Amino acid sequence: MTRDDDMPQATRRRFLIETAALAGAVGIALPLAVKPASATPASMRAAIRKVVGEAPVNKGKVKIDVPPLIENGNAVPLTVSCESPMTADDHVKAIHVFAEKNPQPNVVSVQLGPRSGRATVSTRIRLADSQKIIAIAQMSDGSFWSNEAEVIVTLAACLEGV
Amino acid sequence: MRPGAAVVFAAAVLGTTATAGEIPLADRKSGYEFMARETRAMQDDDTANPGMLWVLDGETLWKRNEGSAAKSCADCHGDARASMKGVAARYPAFNAARGRPVDLEERINICRTEQQQSTPLPFESKELLALAAYVGQQSRGMPIEIADDERTKPFLQAGHELFTQRQGQLNLSCAQCHDDNWGQKLAGAAIPQGHPTGYPLYRLEWQTLGSLQRRLRNCLFGMRAISYPFGAPEYVDLELYLMWRARGLPVETPAVRP
Amino acid sequence: MARALINAPAKAKRGEIIEIKTLISHNMETGFRPDNTGKPVPRDIITDFICKYNGQEIFRAELFPAIAANPFLTFSTIATESGTLSFEWTGDNGFSATESVNITVE
Repeated sequence: MTRDDDMPQATRRRFLIETAALAGAVGIALPLAVKPASATPASMRAAIRKVVGEAPVNKGKVKIDVPPLIENGNAVPLTVSCESPMTADDHVKAIHVFAEKNPQPNVVSVQLGPRSGRATVSTRIRLADSQKIIAIAQMSDGSFWSNEAEVIVTLAACLEGV
Repeated sequence: MRPGAAVVFAAAVLGTTATAGEIPLADRKSGYEFMARETRAMQDDDTANPGMLWVLDGETLWKRNEGSAAKSCADCHGDARASMKGVAARYPAFNAARGRPVDLEERINICRTEQQQSTPLPFESKELLALAAYVGQQSRGMPIEIADDERTKPFLQAGHELFTQRQGQLNLSCAQCHDDNWGQKLAGAAIPQGHPTGYPLYRLEWQTLGSLQRRLRNCLFGMRAISYPFGAPEYVDLELYLMWRARGLPVETPAVRP
Repeated sequence: MARALINAPAKAKRGEIIEIKTLISHNMETGFRPDNTGKPVPRDIITDFICKYNGQEIFRAELFPAIAANPFLTFSTIATESGTLSFEWTGDNGFSATESVNITVE
């Protein structure tokens, strides 16, 4: 299930405030209500530039599979796949994943090659907030291709106490 | 609790029908059915389910000699796949020496102290959870079936009262969410019916495996009610009632939940 | 010792693309989570994962705090010959874990 189109942003903080009200947190600050350090679009661009340099990044060839509505930001299943024959002459060398609003922009970087057979990798990631995920594929010919997905992260009910 | 309700409940305990306010037996669903497709997939695949890591640890602990008796679980119980089949499905169960029901974790610790001459494992410790997960998994797929035991009836009654009493700053009872409003949303998350079908389970919120008692404490926190300490008899009474309420539903241990 | 679960086919046909699933127990402490006093708990994560096929590296991953606890990684490789698939995880505070499975390729 790909998510390339824009969705209305519902921030985690709004859900947190609703939950805190529901939990009757009168005068008790839930630690979650403190906004943690977060990446900015600038720091994500810097992280991307470290990987890509000044090369142009083309949109396409990369598919991001992530649920558009996430039950719990602690373990989000993510699959990134890239069209490629995966031959010695034409293959995906690496896939890099970034998140826009996590405390730190890098998520995972994997190295692939002609022995991979398929340019597909799956994992489970943490997302601190509703945000955009970007995946960039580095090809054997030196070109970069990317795609992005917007996800909404909701909160489980009845959390742990402090 | 109103006397009329107590009589109806006592009658229901002997029979198989649900009392008024409770979910009709045919409408009961595990929390599994309220989860997203991807979370269900995580539970269904033993090689993607993080709870299986604890089951593997439990399998190792099962065979390890413990205590001054230098005995392992296997020494008395042999192959868990045979001897533990169905056990978790009928716990909490009455313990004659204690004069009250005990849950699976307490039962494991009774074996540790009395049979292995070792120290009890702390609640929520990695080892206790691993053993409970390993034993629980041997009942996976089997229907929950609490024995119709005269001796447990007062505790079952106590558990029912805990479930239906209003408590905490929000003056909410468990029944108000889990009997009356299951399926509706609470701050974006679906309210499940509250059946303990898969404990100990991997809760994504905890990022680790945890017990039913840990989850109940989360509920109490959410209701702004005072939590009992780990190992409190109230939790066992409540678990006894919840397992009776979930009778017939299959065990899912180790489950995954959001 | 961290516990790892590997799912890879025991047998495959030569040239077949096989899927390998790996799961390892690790808290992946991000370094951003506050403790009871409000101080951040220090980072403690798995940072690198390598899979080798008869000694040849076929997959490598660099993990960051955004990888969920008990890291789960699925990737694929071409079944070229019988032998051993070996897996190595390394990370903060000298963390190191290895696992291996055999594969028969006909």
